[in-house]
Parts: sequence; C-alpha cells; structure tokens
Amino acid sequence: MRRRLFAALSALLAWTTGAFAFEIEAETTFPAATATVELRIISTADSAFFTPAVLDFQAAHANIAVTYVEASSTEAVKAISEGASFDLIVSSAMDLQTKLANDGFATVIRSSATSAVPEWAKWRDSVFAFTQEPATLVLSPTAFDGLPVPETRKALIEILREHPDRFRGRIGTYDIRQSGLGYLFATQDSRTSETYWRLTEVMGGLATQLYCCSLNMIEAVRSGELALAYNVLGSYARLPTVKTDDLVVIELADYTATMQRSILMLRNSENPDAARLFVDHLLSTAWSTSDEPAFGFSAELDPDDISVNRKPIRLGPGLLVFLDQHKRGQFQRAWENAILQ
Amino acid sequence: MRFLLVEDNLNLASATADRLSLDGHVVDHAPDLETAKDYVGTTSYDLVLLDIMLPDGDGRSFLNHLRTARIDTPVIAVTARSEVSDRVGILDLGADDYITKPFDFSELEARCRAVLRRRAGATSNAQRIGDIEFNRLAGTLSYGDETVALRTRELRLLELLVDNSNIILSKTKLVDRMFSYDEDVSENAIEVYIGRLRKHLAGSHVSITTIRGIGYRLDV
Amino acid sequence: MKGRALGSMRRQMIAQLVVGAALLAALLIFVFQDFARRFAEESQDNVLLASATSILENVSEDAGGLIVDIPYAALAMLGSVSDDRVFYRVDQGPTFVTGYDDLSVAETTTANDTSFVSSGFRGDQIRAVTTSRLLSLGGQTQRIRVTVAQTQDGLGDRLDELFRRAVLLGLGFFVLATGLSVWTATRVLRPMQELALSVSRRGPDELRPFERPVPTEMVPLISSLNGFIARLRRALDRSEDFITEAAHRVRTPLATVRTQAEVLSRRIERDENRQTLRKMIRAIDESSRAAGQLLDQAMVNLRTDALQPTQIDLNDCLQDVVTRLTPVAELRDIELTTTFADDCHVSVDPILIQNAVSNLLDNAIKYTSAESRVALSTSSDGDGVYLKISDEGPGFEAVDQPLTERFVRGSAGEGTVGSGLGLTIAAEVFEAHGGKMTLSNNTEGKGGCVDVYLPR
Repeated sequence: MRRRLFAALSALLAWTTGAFAFEIEAETTFPAATATVELRIISTADSAFFTPAVLDFQAAHANIAVTYVEASSTEAVKAISEGASFDLIVSSAMDLQTKLANDGFATVIRSSATSAVPEWAKWRDSVFAFTQEPATLVLSPTAFDGLPVPETRKALIEILREHPDRFRGRIGTYDIRQSGLGYLFATQDSRTSETYWRLTEVMGGLATQLYCCSLNMIEAVRSGELALAYNVLGSYARLPTVKTDDLVVIELADYTATMQRSILMLRNSENPDAARLFVDHLLSTAWSTSDEPAFGFSAELDPDDISVNRKPIRLGPGLLVFLDQHKRGQFQRAWENAILQ
Repeated sequence: MRFLLVEDNLNLASATADRLSLDGHVVDHAPDLETAKDYVGTTSYDLVLLDIMLPDGDGRSFLNHLRTARIDTPVIAVTARSEVSDRVGILDLGADDYITKPFDFSELEARCRAVLRRRAGATSNAQRIGDIEFNRLAGTLSYGDETVALRTRELRLLELLVDNSNIILSKTKLVDRMFSYDEDVSENAIEVYIGRLRKHLAGSHVSITTIRGIGYRLDV
Repeated sequence: MKGRALGSMRRQMIAQLVVGAALLAALLIFVFQDFARRFAEESQDNVLLASATSILENVSEDAGGLIVDIPYAALAMLGSVSDDRVFYRVDQGPTFVTGYDDLSVAETTTANDTSFVSSGFRGDQIRAVTTSRLLSLGGQTQRIRVTVAQTQDGLGDRLDELFRRAVLLGLGFFVLATGLSVWTATRVLRPMQELALSVSRRGPDELRPFERPVPTEMVPLISSLNGFIARLRRALDRSEDFITEAAHRVRTPLATVRTQAEVLSRRIERDENRQTLRKMIRAIDESSRAAGQLLDQAMVNLRTDALQPTQIDLNDCLQDVVTRLTPVAELRDIELTTTFADDCHVSVDPILIQNAVSNLLDNAIKYTSAESRVALSTSSDGDGVYLKISDEGPGFEAVDQPLTERFVRGSAGEGTVGSGLGLTIAAEVFEAHGGKMTLSNNTEGKGGCVDVYLPR
C-alpha cells in the first residue's frame, strides 16, 4: 500500500514539476546523526534486501546519510539517461549495467577493494559484482510426490512429457517481456544449451504461467498454485523469511546460470568521495573470505571456488547483443512462439 | 831493464825505443801480435809495453795469450783512450797498469817502478854500494842499522848518482832526468835534494862531492 | 721526454662502443616499439574485422524484411580481449538499421569493402571498421554496412606494456653491450699495453729488437721501432768507434812527436835550445790534453744521454782513482790522503763518475805544490754523499764566461798546462746525476777545494 502511494506521489511530483519521467517503486531514507553528505542510491533490490548493507556502511561512516530509491531496472536506466541526480546504481540487470558503463555513464574506481574483485566479476573497473545469485528450479514437494526430483533439464523435460496432466497450468516462469532479469536468464539459457528451447516448447505446451517477479513465483509454488517455477532467483528462494518446507530449491546439475548483482558509480555523482567509500565498503565486505555474510542475502561468493555446474553470466560487451532491438525482437518472437501456444 | 814494446806505429816505436835506451834500457820492438807472441815465448822480459789498439787484433787477446801461456811478465798497457771506456777494464784482463799516450816518460818510469815493486818482493833488489845498501824498488837506503825511506825525487837522484858513480853529472842533466817537462824548475832545486841525500849518507864512506861549476859526483 | 697524451685509447674505445651501443639500443627500442605497435594495432583491427564480419554474415532477409541476428560472440569476443567500450551499427543502404546511431560510418565501395578509421566518439578515441557487402533484398541490390568500433584503452595498456618491455630489452641490451665493450676493449688493447709496458721497462742500453708476436695492425709499428733501434744502435756504435778511432789517430802522432822531443832534449847541450824544446813539449802536452778532453766531453755526452745508473760504493771508486794516480803524485812527492765515511752508496754511472773524479784529482795533483798534500774525504747523510778534494795550490779564480762555465785556476797557476775543460766536464757529469759541484778556496792556509754532492 505504501508502495503504491509513494509511486503515485512521485509520479505526481515528477509530473507537476515537469521533472524526470521515470517511475520509482519506493524511496527510503537512512539518516545519519552528523550528516554532512547525502548519498543517493537507485536500485532494483528491495529495500528489505539491501537495508543491512546500508546500515553496515553507516556504522563505519556516521556522517553519510543515504537515500535509497527502488525502481525497476528499465526505469532506473531511464532515470539515469535523463540525467537524474544519483550517485550509485545497484542493479541485477547485468546487461543494462554494462550498457550504462559502455555508454559512458559510469566512473572508473580503482582501489584496493576493487582490485580484490576477480576479473570475471567486474568490467572496466566501472561495474562491480557483489553477489552471485543462481537461477534455480523451485518446486513443491507435495506436487512432486512420488516423482524423482529432476537434476537436469533433460530429466525435467522427460518428467513433464510423462506427466502432462499433473503439470498442466501449474508451471511458472518469467515473462521476459516484463522482467529484465527474466529476459537475461532466458537469453543466457538459449546461448548455453539447446535444451532451453525444447524445454520452453514443452512448457509452452503445458499452459505455463508467466510472472513478473521471482517473489511472486515463489509464493505461488509455496501456496500450491504452481507445482514448479523455472529460473527463479535462488537467493530470494533461500531467504530466511521465505524459506519453508513447502519449497525445494534446485540448482540443476547440467548447468546453473548465476546472476551477479552489481554496483556502478555514476559519472554525474554529486558526492564522488562518499560514493567511492560506499563501493569500497560494499566490495570489501562482499569479497572478504569470512563465511558470515554481512547482508541479508546470501552472497555466496568465493572468488576461487566456482562449483562445477555454476555458470556465472559474464559482464562485458557480449551482454549488449541481446539489448539490440533487432536481436531482442527476434528472440522475443521465437520465445512467444514457443511459450504461448 | 829489458822491455818488449808492442806498437804498430813505426815512428812512435822507434822514438820510444830511443828514449828508453837513453835511460839505459834494452828494448825489443814487435810491430804486431804474432811477433810479440814469438818474442815473449823465446825471451824473458822485465816488462811489456803493450799498445791496446793493434791492426791484427785487440791487445787484449795478447793479454789472454800471456795468461794461458802462464807467462808472468808484467804488462803496462798503452792506450789512446782515456779512462772513459765502457769496455771491459784492461786491468781485469791482466794488465798491471795502463798509461795514456802521449805520456811523460817520468810517469812511465814511476808506473814501471810501482808495478815491479808490487810484483817482486822488496828484499831481493838491494844493491850494496860501499857501506850502504840501496834498494831501488823499495826506495830505501840502509846504513848500519838504520833504514831510511827515500822520497821519489831523492830516490831518483840517488839512482842517477849510483848509476853514474865516479862520474860528474851536470845540474842540467839532473834536472832533465828528475823533473817532468811541465814543471818549471830551476837548477838550484837540485841543491835541496843533494842536501837531503848528504844528510842520509852522513856517517858512511859514501859521499856526494860538489864540483863547482860542473856538477856532482857520487864517491864510493 | 713525454709525449702529449691524447686521452686513453681504451677509454675512447669504450666510450665510442658505449655510445654506439646506446644508439643501437635506442634504435632497437624504436624498431621494437614500432613493430609491436603495428602488430598490436593489426591485432585489434583483425578482431574488429572478425566481429564486424560475423555480424555481416548474420544479416539476412525474410518475409518481414532485413534480419540482423548479431551473434553473441561478435561482441563477446571484443570483451574477451580487453575491457574497451564497444559500439556498433548496421546500415542498409543509406538507412540506419540498429546499433548506435551517432557512430559514423566509413565509405566503402565494391573494390574496397572494408575500411578502418580512427576517430573520436563520445569523449574517447575509438578505432572503427566498416565492412560491407551487397545483398539482394526484395529484388533490389543494396549495400549492407556493418560498423564495429571500440575504445583504445586496451590497446593503450598493451602498448604501454610493450613499451616497458622494449625499454627493458633495450636497457638489457645496452648493459650487455657495455659489458662486452669493456671486455673487448681491454682484451684487444692488451697486446698494445703489454708492448708499451715492455718498451718502457727497457733500460736505455737495451737495444735488442722487439721479438714478441704482435697483432697484425701493430706489425708496422714494431718493424719501424726495431728499425729505429737498429739505426740508433749503429749510430751509437759508430760514435763510440769514431771516438776510439779519433783518439788513436790524434794521440799516436802526438806521442811520436813528444817522444822525439824528449830524445832530442837529452842530446842538446845549448841552454836556449833546450828551453825551446821544453816549450815545444809543453805545447804538445797542451794539445794532447785538449784533444783528450774533447774526446772525454764527447764520451760524457754520449753516456749522459742514456744514463744507466748502477749501485756502487763511492769510496771504492775513489780508492781506484787514488791508486791509479798515486804514481803521478809520487813524481812530485805529493801525498794523497783519504778519509772515507761509512755508507757512501750511490746510484751512478761508474765510468762517468770515475772519469770525473779522476779529472778532479789529476787537477789537484797538477796544481798543488811539490811535497804537499791533496786530501780526499767523503761523508754522507740520508739524501746523498759528499766528496771533498782539497789541495795546497794557488786556489781558484772564477772567470766570467757567459756561454760556458769554464773553471780555471788563478793567474798564479798560469805556468801549468790548462785544465779548464776537465773541471767543466766533471761538473757536467755530477749535474747529470742530479748532483752539484762547487769550487772554493781554503780559508785557512792556501789551496783550492772542490766540493761535490751526489744524491743517492
């Protein structure tokens, strides 16, 4: 409720002041006792998700206040390209972060904290990953009662084919037209393995439900509405507040893509020193070798040990490809053909 | 004394021979080394006057020859070079002394005397004259128990008087023979030496008589 | 006599070699850098072209029109090489299809369907390739152009790295070359140094030719040197021979005349004739003495030019001279006394010193009165040896002679055959040995005194 109110109010504000025309979902302020600086962060992450990180930073830098604005990934990019005043952008949309940096909206940061980040987790010393979150298969144990738990996509396809009635209308996945993360996972899937398209067709033949967000899919599985959901963000599925016995989170063995949530310092930041401090703090905490995660989400980062079946999505210009209009159009058409039957 | 003169220049050789015979010496002349070797092999000499530069070889080889043939005759080398010579010392080769030509014959005589004195013992050359004993080589005059060492000129004077005993010797002759040519000496200097000799002879039966206007004579 | 030094040959050689090495090193760095730069740029261009080509190959037509299916690898490959920003653009004829519309497109023709351009874009320097091909679309032939560009940061980093490598290479080369130069210079010049050392070590009398083997370049030098030595030796021999010959030639006839005169003098009774003869003999003696001293002077000059000192005891030398001149002294009943100090060792040419001392003693004997005394004494200290010869004659009188210092006895000694040159020669000999000779008159009594100092 508060969200919608905020959204309406900001839109109104934006409209009345003739200012920026992007949509925000929520805005949270983290005041500081002796505030001399106000750091403005725009992010795709839920504030509940990111609050521990902010508070941890403020514990070390008591004079920096933080304003945390939530928006969807596309709206966030819109905000920045319109020149809205932000210092940092945190996003799960790796491709959009890369494009921002490629198009010159990012500032280069070089410090001891950034040099501790491994090569596959950063780009141009501008985009820095601080989490590694897998795309998982979430299923309802009751729905799978009697059935073996699929370990590979191939196995999943077989199960779906063999028990169409059990699963018809009870499969969920991202609507790639709505969710940037969904689109990212889908396109990376299509690159990785041919089984993706077969799976998508199979799923399409079983009246798959399309969702905008992981949390919704997780809730649907938990409530029994869905038997399984594909490409759910594993970090959300494993949240202590979310975890239940009604959910089984599986990282498929043939491969499991991981999304690296990243932070980027904006070129027109008004508080560059404070922004740098935040980035350094976040990265050093995330990439430290201690086991205890500092935030509410599981970072699960170990720069040396990447398990065999996890395939991190790589930051880089490759991600620009699927942002291309033509390419996107082609993919979307193919996807629609497969999933909407 | 019997001299062997080894000299290739005939003029010089004859002049030298003449001069030596004036003093009563006998001189054999060898114009080259071969002849010299012959002479020295067949005759016994009191002294050899050897010109170092000879046409048929260095005089040094003659010295070598004498040494190998064990001929013990004293040799005075005659050289035109002064002492500045970096050749092996003539004395090292066996010459007893050397003299540079042209030389004053009184110097030659003095050197001969010195050489002979070194070679022979002092005792064997004493000459008895009346009641005195005169040793030319040693240069001593003995009367009774006393022996007097004569100075060079006294010795020379006494020699002349003894060699011409009972003959009158004029002052001029004495001056000639006692002093060298580069000395300016008056005839009266003789009287000083006569006086000294008389003192040495005092007490013996040998005496020197003055013949006024003519000269002196040794009376035995 | 030292020649003017032009600077060390070794140092010059090393300096030149080092400069050469530095130049070569610089050249090496430059060439390497240039080559590396071209190579790197070519590599970048190749990758760009590969990327553009792979996109171009995936341009096709379907019912709906143009399809541009950019392969993932087309842009990913650029990301794998470096973290440069990437821009692309596809044009169909004059129409923009997709990509960055503010990226400029290069002209291409059928003949030259690929071109590379370096320019600025969005605040950075980029390298762009445009490649094209003709496609038949809807019955029409159109030129499809694909442009792919990237920033130069990665290239810049690579070039910096290469430059560092090049500089290290150059430096390494330079250090090595310098070391090699020093070693080479030292080795090559060693025969020269050894020869120079062996030449300088030679004493002035060593006139043997140099026989040690030398490098080819030094052979002419050595032959000239040996030739020169041979000529010098011959000249020296000739000089000595000449002196010997001259002495003999001059003195023999003089001896003849003098002897004849002596013979004649014995035979002549008349006093005035005897006086005349006496004068003749004096004259002969004087010319003989003069000739002798001229020959002495020649010999002294010859020997002092190439002085070879040896260590002798001056006392021994003096004793020899005394022994030699004793008969002459005895003729006039002159007593020669010697007082020798300990340790009178000096480093001298013994022949020259003996000759000089002999001159001095002969002079003293000549001028002192009959039956008087000539005393020789030596003393020494740390620096050198002192010799004193004092007589009881008329003493010295210095004559003003600006050209040569000719020492003569005073007018009272006029009757005696002159000996001026003899003292001069003696003084020259002592001075050639770094010593000194002074004449003085005795303060007590009469007579002259010669003082000589010779350093050790």
